Amino acid sequence: MSIISIVLVVIIAFFAGMEGILDEFQIHQPLVSATLIGLVTGHLTAGIMLGGSLQMIALGWANIGAAVAPDIALASVASSIIMVKGNNFTPAGISVAVASAIPLAVAGLFLTMIVRTVAVGLTHGADAAAKEGNYRAVERLHLVGILLQGLRIAIPTVLLIAIPASAVQSALASMPDWLTGGMTIGGGMVVAVGYAMVINMMATREVWPFFAIGFALAAVSQLTLIALGAIGVALALIYLNLSKMGGNSGGGSNGGGSGDPVGEILDQY
Amino acid sequence: MAEKIELTRNDRLSVAWRSQFLQGSWNYERMQNVGWAYALIPAIKKLYKTKEDRSAALKRHLEFFNTHPYVASPIIGVTLALEEERANGAPIDDTAIQGVKIGMMGPLAGIGDPVFWFTVRPILGALGASLAASGNILGPILFFVLWNVIRMSFIWYTQEFGYKAGSAITQDLSGGLLKDITKGASILGMFILAVLVERWVSIKFAVELPAKQLAKGAYINFPNGNVTGGKLQQILGDQASGLSLTKMAPNTLQANLDSLIPGLMGLLLTFFAMWLLKKKVSPIVMIVGIFIFGILMRVLHIM
Repeated sequence: MSIISIVLVVIIAFFAGMEGILDEFQIHQPLVSATLIGLVTGHLTAGIMLGGSLQMIALGWANIGAAVAPDIALASVASSIIMVKGNNFTPAGISVAVASAIPLAVAGLFLTMIVRTVAVGLTHGADAAAKEGNYRAVERLHLVGILLQGLRIAIPTVLLIAIPASAVQSALASMPDWLTGGMTIGGGMVVAVGYAMVINMMATREVWPFFAIGFALAAVSQLTLIALGAIGVALALIYLNLSKMGGNSGGGSNGGGSGDPVGEILDQY
Repeated sequence: MAEKIELTRNDRLSVAWRSQFLQGSWNYERMQNVGWAYALIPAIKKLYKTKEDRSAALKRHLEFFNTHPYVASPIIGVTLALEEERANGAPIDDTAIQGVKIGMMGPLAGIGDPVFWFTVRPILGALGASLAASGNILGPILFFVLWNVIRMSFIWYTQEFGYKAGSAITQDLSGGLLKDITKGASILGMFILAVLVERWVSIKFAVELPAKQLAKGAYINFPNGNVTGGKLQQILGDQASGLSLTKMAPNTLQANLDSLIPGLMGLLLTFFAMWLLKKKVSPIVMIVGIFIFGILMRVLHIM
């Protein structure tokens, strides 16, 4: 990588780290960050493809309440760098990079927890500043917090870039077929976990039939995702309108059990 | 008689912009509290002029706060309305403001998480990722642009809505529109999730089953000896019309499964993952487990 590429990659990593906590612009999502790293290192297409594969795995990862999801920011930045350094932009090279993202996402989890603990100190600093009515200091402390989150990804990125490319390459090349092949098989299945998390969140007795319709229609390979999306929107609108026309009798639809039949069956096992 | 102090549109825009950094100093003690105070500072500066007032306002907004980062916006809107009244002398005490914040953050987080994290982002993400899988730059661009247009308009309009509705918003939350939106979103979400499970969870068995003997007439009967031009023409025609070249048809486990409904194993795996999640198995453990399983299947030549 050239000096300019390295600087740009570190900047992207910094923004991805900030976004990892802010969760606003979604720069940390693999679709965006892997594409950007691909762009600045001159491997745009491979970056887009890597981002797409990682995005599929990470669809259901979200920070809920105080719980922290696996760190997708570190995972997508680091695996993009591994792909670029490994210099293998074939589908096989991309799936190795995807597989390497998983342990990194877990490692990133601990970094996030550390920063969130350090930020407790910032809160106490803000208390002291508030006592003085010093709003500038409160603002400064908040920006320090964001800065720390950026460094959380930028520092590991610098370390990863500092490792010589030949070391990364030979480590990747020495991976036997059963490992890379197995990782590819695992990568095909692992997305199910993300979907399961989302389904568990949304499922109610009322909406399961729509799941069945979606599954059956998806088997028709001529229907693109956009076509299926249109069908889904139409079904939702039809259902909402019809349930209003049902008038008073429609009111009972929320009653009964946890409202999640498959969930209940799963519970009983 | 002092003039009424009002928050201008610019003040409110400034607060909305800053609310995007709500989670910046997220901490385990009071979570989004510093970010919340940071967002409100433009309003505090405008409304309160003395050091004592500002200090009190900052302190009251450094209390515990945590919700979904986008649905914080209507809460900010209501808080702005309350603070404005208070600065103009209305008897609104700290507990009223704190009560509105705490009272709204729970139910609203319950809307924000499923709508944004579990419906809009998976759908846009899947749309983008499916384009990106073939290296199409439109994938990431669509995802980024659509997401931020939706998010920014949501932040601004719900904050304005909260500001105008004042404390009345708490009553509105039980109203019809929001319910419709969440229900519609979960219908669309479940539909799309099923599509994603079918299309993207890929499980391919490499196991070969004993080949099937084909019925007479389903394969081409090759004559012994020389083939004349007419016979060759007939054979080529037969093959073009779909007859098998051999008497035995290859038979794989995957083809049999696909004849039930494609994607069945992916569906079962998803249900299994849902069950494990309900049993409080960590997703990380499951992800690592799946990779180990994949390697085992490869070594055993099952997949």
